[in-house]
Amino acid sequence: MLEIRDVNKHYGTARVLTDVSFDVVPGRMTGFVGGNGAGKTTTMRIILGVLSSDSGTVTLGGSKVTPEDRRRFGYMPEERGLYPKMKVEEQLVYLARLHGLSVTAAKRNAGNLLEQLGLGERAGSTVESLSLGNQQRAQIAAALVHDPDVLILDEPFSGLDPLAVDVVVGVLKDRALAGTPVLFSSHQLDIVERLCDDLVIIANGSIRANGSREALRASHSTLRYELISSGDAGWLRSVPGVSVVDFDGSYALFDVDAESTAQAVLRDAIGRGDVATFAPRHPSLAQIFREVIR
Amino acid sequence: MSTSTIRPQAPRFAQSTWLVAEREITMRLRSRVFLISTGILLLLVLASILIGGFTAQNSSNDTTPVAVVGAAGQSIGNGGRLDVTEVASVEAATELVRDGTVDAAIVPDGSTPLGIGILADSEVPAALVSQLSVSPPVTLLDESPTNPFITYLVSLGFGIVFFMSAMTFGSTIAQNVVEEKQTRVVEILMSAIPVQALLAGKVLGNSILAFGQIALTAVLSIIGLTILGQTDLLTGLGMPIVWFVVFFAIGFVLLASLFAATASMVSRQEDISSTTTPVTMLVMLPYFAVVFFNANPLVLTIMSYVPFSAPVGMPVRLFLGTAAWWEPLVSLAILAVTTAGTIWLASRIYQNSLLKMGARVKWREALTS
Repeated sequence: MLEIRDVNKHYGTARVLTDVSFDVVPGRMTGFVGGNGAGKTTTMRIILGVLSSDSGTVTLGGSKVTPEDRRRFGYMPEERGLYPKMKVEEQLVYLARLHGLSVTAAKRNAGNLLEQLGLGERAGSTVESLSLGNQQRAQIAAALVHDPDVLILDEPFSGLDPLAVDVVVGVLKDRALAGTPVLFSSHQLDIVERLCDDLVIIANGSIRANGSREALRASHSTLRYELISSGDAGWLRSVPGVSVVDFDGSYALFDVDAESTAQAVLRDAIGRGDVATFAPRHPSLAQIFREVIR
Repeated sequence: MSTSTIRPQAPRFAQSTWLVAEREITMRLRSRVFLISTGILLLLVLASILIGGFTAQNSSNDTTPVAVVGAAGQSIGNGGRLDVTEVASVEAATELVRDGTVDAAIVPDGSTPLGIGILADSEVPAALVSQLSVSPPVTLLDESPTNPFITYLVSLGFGIVFFMSAMTFGSTIAQNVVEEKQTRVVEILMSAIPVQALLAGKVLGNSILAFGQIALTAVLSIIGLTILGQTDLLTGLGMPIVWFVVFFAIGFVLLASLFAATASMVSRQEDISSTTTPVTMLVMLPYFAVVFFNANPLVLTIMSYVPFSAPVGMPVRLFLGTAAWWEPLVSLAILAVTTAGTIWLASRIYQNSLLKMGARVKWREALTS
């Protein structure tokens, strides 16, 4: 497990990280969410050792992360960059070797990854000649080519079309399932919602929420329900313990004071006609996000 | 999924450095611009050797009409390339020189170790001087005047080769550093290997290339001189060329680390010159100094000890025979110490500047923080 504990960082007089602590659990995808300038990239750079922190620790499996450990990390920086004039495969082999792989292992990994990411045919092209989406795939390959023990990906999905997102998600999930801790940031909250097992929300340099996706949802759920029935749902307004949030003919969105009230409403609704939908309405990640960063 | 069976060891510093150097070299050798510019440099060197050689040969083929006063004629031996007119007095010789019957007159002159002096009309009789200077080796060991044209050519040669190689490879390093910064690939590199290894690899890779180019130039010069039969010039130039290569090897590392450090302070190719200009000046300094002051012993002596100009200054002095045997060693030591200090300073600037994007990093920030 990768543990980040009480990390602080300032630039000049600006305090950019305040007591940042969270875990990245092996076998799980951890989404790292926050607005622009919230401190995501700074945190990731500190984990990678590219930047040094003022205080705090980053540990892996209980011991402090050394430069040797870090060479076994995979990193995809937010600002994309590979050598424009170098061939894709050559570049991957070079990066893998910098991370300590032998030439043969580096070549094998690079070849496999390019196939997996659908870049096999472009292996001999220079990076600058690739389309943006393909450059992005090459970038992801660069983070994975040395079979890293830990994956830190800054905005891995930005600039990808939906199909490419699926390909990349597949590759990353494989790594997570194989036991690699994966931390990725994104401001495409729908993707994070779909993909992550754990979630860390950062705002203004401090962690606002942190835990499994379900736990976060549960703790932010407000006993809100949605009802679509055959008749007019106007009667809901007069039920004690119910406050209607949104209403449109047969559709109603309402909060209840207790689980039992909701069950009573359902029985009542069935008595009044057909019920097409009755469901608890979990807050979306976007809602939770807005709430916790407030 | 591809998984390597054995968990690979993180590469050691030297391995990382070598990997970076290897990439620099292969990418460079693939560049057409580089190959062409190397070709041009080698052609220039060859051309200047040929011109120098032919000048010397022409003067040896022509017979030069000279007037000789009395016993002064014995000093010149019996070389068949002089059309000697014997005259009785210096005055008579002067007369012949003035009316153009002879190009120059060899007259007795007690103030020189040779016991002779040369009288000429309005210009130095280069052919005669070179003949006198290339005759018995004894004259070279004495402070006989080296043909000023040859001196100029040799100085220019060292100056131009140093200048071109340093500029070519220095600006390559600068561009590569900025390219890595501009494309942000540097973040991936920094997460993989120590910054010092990255810097060392760049400097090493380009130094090897520069050294290779210089060594090639040196070999070409020596071969060229041998073919032309300039054995005397070769005898005089052999050691200076070897020293030049040695000085260049260290001197280039000094410049390379400065180029890398100053380039790391900017984020865009367009801004490179705003920080590397001082380094470019340091490269141009020895070139211009040697072109303008190759006849000024004091300036040459100073040049041969200042680390940035020593790679040019010391070989020229060695060629002129004005440097004692220990002088290049002392100068080399000064250069080595300066280089070590500069590498330390450069790696500091480099480390502090690499992640700072956008505006140019200020010197104070680059040196402290």
